[in-house]
Amino acid sequence: MAPVATSLPDASHLAPLRDGRREPLPVVPAIAPLLPSGALRPGTVISVTGSTSLALTLLAGASQAGAWCAAVGLPGLGLVAAGEHGIALDRLVLVDAPGDAWATVVATLVEALDVVLVRPAQRRSESDVRRLSARVRERESVVVAIGEWSGSDVRLAQTRCRWEGLGPGHGHLRARRVEVQVTGRGAAARPRTAVLWLPGPGGGAEPIVAPAVSPVVAPVVAADRPAVVARTA
Amino acid sequence: MAVRTLVVSCSDWPLTAAGVSPGVPAAVLVAQRVVAASPAARALGVTPGMRRRVAQGRCAELLLVADDPDRDAAAYEPVVAALEQVAPGVEVVRPGLCALASRGPSRYAGGDERLAAQVVAAVDAALAQVTGSGPGGGSAQRWACRVGIADGPFAAELAATLVVQLADGIPAKCEELPASSRVVIFTVAQQQQRQKPWVVVPAGRSRRFLAPYAVDVLRRPALADLLHRLGIHTVGDLAALPAASVGSRFGPDAALAHRLARGLDERPVTARVAPPELTAQLELDPPAASVEQVLFAAKGLADRFAEGLARHRLTCQRISIEAETEHGERLARLWRHDALTAAAVVDRVRWQLDGWLSGTARSPDGPPTGGLALIRLVPNQVSADTGRQLGLWGPEEALDRVARALARVQGVLGPDAVTTAVPCGGRDPGERVAQVRWGDPRRAPRPADRPWPGRLPAPSPATVLTEPRPARLVGDDGTTVEVSDRCEVSAAPARLSVGSGGWLDVVGWAGPWPAAERWWDPHTAADRHRFQVATADGEAWLVTVRGGASYVEAVYD
Repeated sequence: MAPVATSLPDASHLAPLRDGRREPLPVVPAIAPLLPSGALRPGTVISVTGSTSLALTLLAGASQAGAWCAAVGLPGLGLVAAGEHGIALDRLVLVDAPGDAWATVVATLVEALDVVLVRPAQRRSESDVRRLSARVRERESVVVAIGEWSGSDVRLAQTRCRWEGLGPGHGHLRARRVEVQVTGRGAAARPRTAVLWLPGPGGGAEPIVAPAVSPVVAPVVAADRPAVVARTA
Repeated sequence: MAVRTLVVSCSDWPLTAAGVSPGVPAAVLVAQRVVAASPAARALGVTPGMRRRVAQGRCAELLLVADDPDRDAAAYEPVVAALEQVAPGVEVVRPGLCALASRGPSRYAGGDERLAAQVVAAVDAALAQVTGSGPGGGSAQRWACRVGIADGPFAAELAATLVVQLADGIPAKCEELPASSRVVIFTVAQQQQRQKPWVVVPAGRSRRFLAPYAVDVLRRPALADLLHRLGIHTVGDLAALPAASVGSRFGPDAALAHRLARGLDERPVTARVAPPELTAQLELDPPAASVEQVLFAAKGLADRFAEGLARHRLTCQRISIEAETEHGERLARLWRHDALTAAAVVDRVRWQLDGWLSGTARSPDGPPTGGLALIRLVPNQVSADTGRQLGLWGPEEALDRVARALARVQGVLGPDAVTTAVPCGGRDPGERVAQVRWGDPRRAPRPADRPWPGRLPAPSPATVLTEPRPARLVGDDGTTVEVSDRCEVSAAPARLSVGSGGWLDVVGWAGPWPAAERWWDPHTAADRHRFQVATADGEAWLVTVRGGASYVEAVYD
């Protein structure tokens, strides 16, 4: 089965579709320092490993600004969490099971949508990935890949994380400190490491202002323990 | 000269359709703004376009009604049926507003005034049936329609609106006008008796009737803004400009507005007859029983229809949608719209069929007896496509682009493969969002605004496993953690193993969040307890204990 070979011609010989470059898509302020241009530059592929929340956060700023997003091949995406991170669910399109046609689907979506979140198929050919990267560049869309994507422009990897708010038998998950390693090509070539709240005590991603200061987590009280027994459907 | 047109306006139709009494202050909100307000609400100062907070500030007991275009359309069907008893060729502009060419019916009835009276009587009777109030109900507590007759649908709709404004005693648009212009509107209005629920603008006087209105009534906000800044405040000022100059300076859309301002039809009347192949029809075999079945087929049909028009560089302002059942029952309706795109056509097919098939439409013949066998789209009024300039990257354009791409994906993977998420009620992270097929109405299957006790607090897990993974949660002494009927945990969780993975030390845990659902039904009853568990590797898990077994349902990754 080679759907891509027939339906997806090599884009390199095509003239650019539009004259002017598109404006970069905004991201939430907390993760702007992670990206080389402080925003989602059109025509780039960002790969994220180790954290789905991080990938959702990348989409949030653009989605709030009115962009259309899609998630391909992610049937287990936490959609409540997506909403909590700030993604507008009415502009989020889900293709849960693209199967063998995932490259065709992604190629179609990058033509029209602004950001495409994708988990690359297990059995993927490198040529598919190369062609898709070229298509993304040409169409000035943005692809956020959960997992490895050879030749991605920026690679974000969550290296360490720690949840706050849980005690032995009380409290609930409130905030998480994560350490993200940024590598990539061009402006992002120098590896960097950043720490941030993901999610922060306020819900979305938040910068850790001064790492030396102890975490700003609300005191955990035993009253948080849920005691109501649900008795309705 | 524009076509003599009668417009019947049921002001505040969404409220009528929702069954609200006009004496109750009520409003329909879309995106936190009032789109329709009942007379009682308007009397208290709630006007369309107002923000929700301001409206509630003016009227604290304001009843808020959900916006539901499908309900509005389905309830409107009997009104159209009643109107068709008086005059043929009724075009539905939108639920609550319809128009008909009145020259013939008016001659038959013996004058515009008499026709208006007949229409008002017929429609008011239908309204009384729709809202369920008997004809003997107090006149102040009944919904009533308004009728305007003028040259062209635009002037006629404004005339009908004028009746509403006179009835309210707030001629809103007139207030903003200079005093000299206000006189003209009132002259027209005073020629009529104020009590009558109609306004007839004499033939050939539409241009003078329109002249004192502010340019905002042309429903082109960007153009109106520009004209105001250029000192062109009224429709009459715009009409006084030469047509060619308006077209070259402001573009084709403004040229249409200029035609309206001069009291002409929006499109020049062309004697062109639609070529027969523009009619698109689809036979359904086997006949379709539900509207949903028809709609999926209608999407393809509407696309074909739009393509046919585009091929001939035509645009359609009026379409006749004809449906036929296997027993030969027919329902044909005319729909009018400025730019009938494929999506707009599908919406109108749904509105028309909803009312007919569900039997809410109390048409004289009752609901159809068989499944639908045929859908036909007939362009009723076409003209050369002079171009509608949409914003280059505006929201409509983006939506259109997205819709086309998603239709292609649906073509590859099937219609169910593309979904969008709708927040809804539920206790587990997976339950709190429903996925609806792209193109279907975004309706939540369970209301989200109920308490849903036992719901987990935010933040929610970023990964919700489609199949819960078996896990083992054990205490210090290696015994499995269980939860009693009184929500007592048998041992503090100390180690967690997910699937066939190794043991992870638990560094923090909370719970149980119990959810005893459907305890009254032994077959569907689900008694489960959820724990949030943080492990030493930095991950956090949502573990469900059900009976003696544990599962990982979601990962906070």
